[in-house]
Amino acid sequence: MSAGTLYDKVWDLHRVAELPGGSTQLFIGLHLIHEVTSPQAFAALKDLGLSVRHPERTVATVDHIVPTTSQARPFADPLAEEMLATLEANCAAHGITLHGLGSGRQGIVHVIAPELGLTQPGMTVACGDSHTSTHGAFGAIAFGIGTSQVRDVLASQSLSMGKLKVRRLWVEGQLQSGVYAKDLVLHVIRTLGVKGGVGYAYEFAGPAIDALSMEERMTLCNMAIEGGARCGYVNPDAVTFAYLQGRPCAPSGEAWDRAVAWWTSLASGPDAVFDDEVRFDAASIAPTVTWGITPGQGIGVDETVPTLEQVDPDERPLAEEAYRYMDLRPGAPIAGTPVDVCFIGSCTNGRLSDLQAAAAVARGRHVAPGIKAFVVPGSEQVAAAAEAEGLDQVFTAAGFEWREPGCSMCLAMNPDRLEGRQISASSSNRNFKGRQGSATGRTLLMSPAMVAAAAIAGQVSDVRQLLPV
Amino acid sequence: MTSPSLPMGPITGLRGRAVVVAGDDIDTDRIIPARFLKCVTFDGLGEQVFADDRAERPGEHPLDRAEVQGASLLVVNRNFGCGSSREHAPQALMRWGIRAVVGESFAEIFYGNCLALGIPCFTASHDAVLSLQAALAAAPAQELEVSLDPPAIVFSDGQRWDLELQAGPRQMLLTGQWDATSQLLAHGAELERTALALPYLNGF
Repeated sequence: MSAGTLYDKVWDLHRVAELPGGSTQLFIGLHLIHEVTSPQAFAALKDLGLSVRHPERTVATVDHIVPTTSQARPFADPLAEEMLATLEANCAAHGITLHGLGSGRQGIVHVIAPELGLTQPGMTVACGDSHTSTHGAFGAIAFGIGTSQVRDVLASQSLSMGKLKVRRLWVEGQLQSGVYAKDLVLHVIRTLGVKGGVGYAYEFAGPAIDALSMEERMTLCNMAIEGGARCGYVNPDAVTFAYLQGRPCAPSGEAWDRAVAWWTSLASGPDAVFDDEVRFDAASIAPTVTWGITPGQGIGVDETVPTLEQVDPDERPLAEEAYRYMDLRPGAPIAGTPVDVCFIGSCTNGRLSDLQAAAAVARGRHVAPGIKAFVVPGSEQVAAAAEAEGLDQVFTAAGFEWREPGCSMCLAMNPDRLEGRQISASSSNRNFKGRQGSATGRTLLMSPAMVAAAAIAGQVSDVRQLLPV
Repeated sequence: MTSPSLPMGPITGLRGRAVVVAGDDIDTDRIIPARFLKCVTFDGLGEQVFADDRAERPGEHPLDRAEVQGASLLVVNRNFGCGSSREHAPQALMRWGIRAVVGESFAEIFYGNCLALGIPCFTASHDAVLSLQAALAAAPAQELEVSLDPPAIVFSDGQRWDLELQAGPRQMLLTGQWDATSQLLAHGAELERTALALPYLNGF
């Protein structure tokens, strides 16, 4: 059983009571909501005659359903308009802060909470969205919940939870140029499998993790859930504190110094005990691309689609389903696979450094004929920062569309979606069947720089060949 | 389509028939595609469960077979319900008629979402689930009984499989305390004490 880890310390600090069924009532420090998974929770609250216990601990934004071309109200899609109007009414009725369209602070919930300084080390963070694991990058315990649990947090600022085991993923060495946190996490999931993390929190540690920026750590923790781990985290350090200092909701003055001292004390100590440990070597990881229908079906861009014999016997039925669905040939190189659509954005890879990495590839080049390529900044703040350094111009000159912020084609709840059998190179997080809005559409997950490279070449390409040495 | 009443009170088991949706890593996008999440109530989701998988094989998807209409037990394989946290997935299954699930393993968020709706997710070994699925393939309209105490499935012809159900959730379901809200609300004073001890809520 784990002891002395950040997970154990934060868990203990937030324990309210032990519940009859054997689970723990856990205080939730930060609750984030959006338009898709909250309306039924507010309706249930009303049915039960309950109020929101701590409205100041819940923060809302709108992200999943917003169009990225025109965000003028009312939206063309009446269902999308109803969802946003419902969120606005619920937030107004309960005194919850909503960072709405045009506020300068709207964006994907997992992008805006960190950039506002809402997400801080040592917090418990919950949101009706599985990618809440993103916030673990700050040394928070952050996890996705369902709508009944959104109701519970609204009503009680707490949740009934079972404690997870803790697995440390120790990553030695440094990532090569052209290899990013996205490649690292796809490599981890490929190695441990999409079920490997079930029952665990993932602690990412080691020299390669220490060297990552906060935005890279967010990419890493974001996809812990794709490896089955409901939360992933990185211990807070000087990189964390430098990111937080001066953000609107971060502490300041003398409270800042006290905060840093407390945050520092939360990190897993040298005596921490883990339930499990797995080691990785960052230097051996290549740009990684998925070929199948789960995020665990990934390979290096210089590899070939595995043959059935190369796949673990347990995984063969899924591999056969993936061959059929993706129409990729076992044994064929993944590089050179033609793509139709290129999407840069999402809570995984829609931050400024992601756009910078993609723009570095796109600069002075042009999207291949017949390819639809578009960039969706993760938030209004990301969009403004990117525009201030001219990245929008770099992208549009290269033939990419520059859009308004939102979740967009990561899950295609807005008008951005694949058509028919189109195949996308996507910086998002899920390549499930039908995920990007067409029941037969296909997704190849990769880093934003790799998506840019695919857009330029019209096919999956090794971005390392396009970067200056 | 059946519309029996939704789970309420103590959950001790069910009598009925089962439907098998085989395969590992069936994600919640497949159970309920994202376009159906554009709603402010869960009411209509039962008709849309597995919409794209069913459209791909009209009339052939397990949920569309005549003999399983009205089934209340879903039998799956490994890591069922992975991916998105959308409660719309168990809501859609429940509104189709599902009241319990048996599988080799479940994604955690899906498992918790089911529990919050009063739907037990039982597990059994790989071999046991395969043998159960084979028995159901041989007799798809088999009448059966699922119990929580002890966790087991028994066919009307006497065939039996022992199941597992975590002690906490089992107790919560059997006592009707699977809806956590009232339990959470019972500890207001402890909650505020916890909050008072958290540096980030008190100026560090």
